[in-house]
Amino acid sequence: MTILVIAEHNNAALNAATLNTVAAAKAIGGDIDLLVAGEGCSAVADEAGKVEGVTKVLLADNAAYGHQLPENIALLVAELGKNYSHVICAASTNGKNYMPRVAALLDVDQISEITDVESADTFKRPIYAGNAIATVQSDAAIKVITVRTTGFDPVSAEGGSASVEAVSSAQDAGVSSFVNEELAKSDRPELAGAKIVVSGGRGMQNGENFEMLYTLADKLGAAVGASRAAVDAGFVPNDMQVGQTGKIVAPQLYIAVGISGAIQHLAGMKDSKVIVAINKDEEAPIFGVADYGLVADLFEAIPELESKV
Amino acid sequence: MKILVAVKRVVDYNVKVRVKADNTGVDLANVKMSMNPFCEIAVEEAVRLKEKGVATEVIAVSIGPTAAQEQLRTALALGADRAILVDCAEDLSSLAVAKLLKAVVDKEQPQLVILGKQAIDSDNNQTGQMLAALSGYGQGTFASAVDVSGESVKVTREIDGGLQTVDLKLPAIVTTDLRLNEPRYASLPNIMKAKKKPMEVLKPDDLGVSTASTVKTIKVEAPTARSAGIKVGSVDELVDKLKNQAKVI
Repeated sequence: MTILVIAEHNNAALNAATLNTVAAAKAIGGDIDLLVAGEGCSAVADEAGKVEGVTKVLLADNAAYGHQLPENIALLVAELGKNYSHVICAASTNGKNYMPRVAALLDVDQISEITDVESADTFKRPIYAGNAIATVQSDAAIKVITVRTTGFDPVSAEGGSASVEAVSSAQDAGVSSFVNEELAKSDRPELAGAKIVVSGGRGMQNGENFEMLYTLADKLGAAVGASRAAVDAGFVPNDMQVGQTGKIVAPQLYIAVGISGAIQHLAGMKDSKVIVAINKDEEAPIFGVADYGLVADLFEAIPELESKV
Repeated sequence: MKILVAVKRVVDYNVKVRVKADNTGVDLANVKMSMNPFCEIAVEEAVRLKEKGVATEVIAVSIGPTAAQEQLRTALALGADRAILVDCAEDLSSLAVAKLLKAVVDKEQPQLVILGKQAIDSDNNQTGQMLAALSGYGQGTFASAVDVSGESVKVTREIDGGLQTVDLKLPAIVTTDLRLNEPRYASLPNIMKAKKKPMEVLKPDDLGVSTASTVKTIKVEAPTARSAGIKVGSVDELVDKLKNQAKVI
């Protein structure tokens, strides 16, 4: 049994999500090959070779894979995947984009966002915005799976000594092309992997008030998230959204500020170790999941909290 | 051009679902059902493209139980021209749904197929991508802007770090993100008119598609409940608890 893990990267560095995905592969058991597909990404392959538990790194370096266009990547992964028992990757927007395409090309069902491995063919995954956990079993010859990275502790980025093997295949479906990208710039830790997350909701009232959360976050070394209400109102960009349709986080500490706690928001953060809610409405559903709740006006409580941590 | 929109009947997004006592699934008896929110956005986008003169016909299709006719009527009331129901079991896998949609695409030959990015019940986020793979079309998933011009469509996508724009040759598949648009409400006159719009009902067998799946659900459980903790009286107390009790800061 050999597992193909597809690495998440930006052509320059390996994304930490890959380490959680390799951990899921280890839980399944068997040899682990790591595929690095991109353009000018040999540095990533070298980094991938050092990841604990990886047997072999496959490097597909070609202009066709530069922007992870799913039409091209899926052809490559489906071609390589035929020789594996499992093909897995992180449930990032990239993974979610090309993996179902891979599954369809291999004519098997895909299992999305597993949070636990019971055995090589049985997995757990949340459904209904995390309000139910399904245990599913696959009898597909090739199991195509995406991994919710917060469900698995990352393996070490050091200690491995896998060889790097070049893959010459250059699949270009010729139906899509990359135009441009607008990436939000931030010095704070990445939301999905941060140990502490401070999130603001509609209660923040406007985008300027988020400065308070940024100051608090910087002091705590935290990432800043947001509810959908805050994103829709234009306070912050959408890549900060935590929830069923945004990012799923499970930090050590999640501080929800001015967030009521709708089902869709809870879906994205209720696996956090400690949840703190600061809200002036003591009936807010967020208090139903918070370990520590403070009923207070956030405009007074946040500056005070910032000065005291 | 012709646009096909796929819609799914799901439990209403405000409903707090309960897992059945025998762990076979969630209890959907007497629960409010609605059109999946992402599908509503897909219908809205198709109707807007028609209003802009880009599309000439909007066809709504649902793969689901007979009751999904309600959701198709809603799509018709929102502005779709006609509807197709592929009447089948409720819990098909995404691959089976994609295969049935592929058969409908082959039959109707739309230039653009718009789907929601995920259904809020199964949370799979697969069908659009699978349909794109089966038809060999380009895909613009998690779209927050769609711009059709000539023989191609530019799709702005919501990705982990921000936004990305891709250019796809038509015909293409687009899946909607929440920020693509704000769906309109159906007016009473439009709901009445929708009753007269044509609806075709097909069976998977008519389309020659097998809906067998390689994945089976063994059990469905409630997640470990998270109970409410304590309310603190002041910021000082909060900081003290975080430092000394939870030890997270």
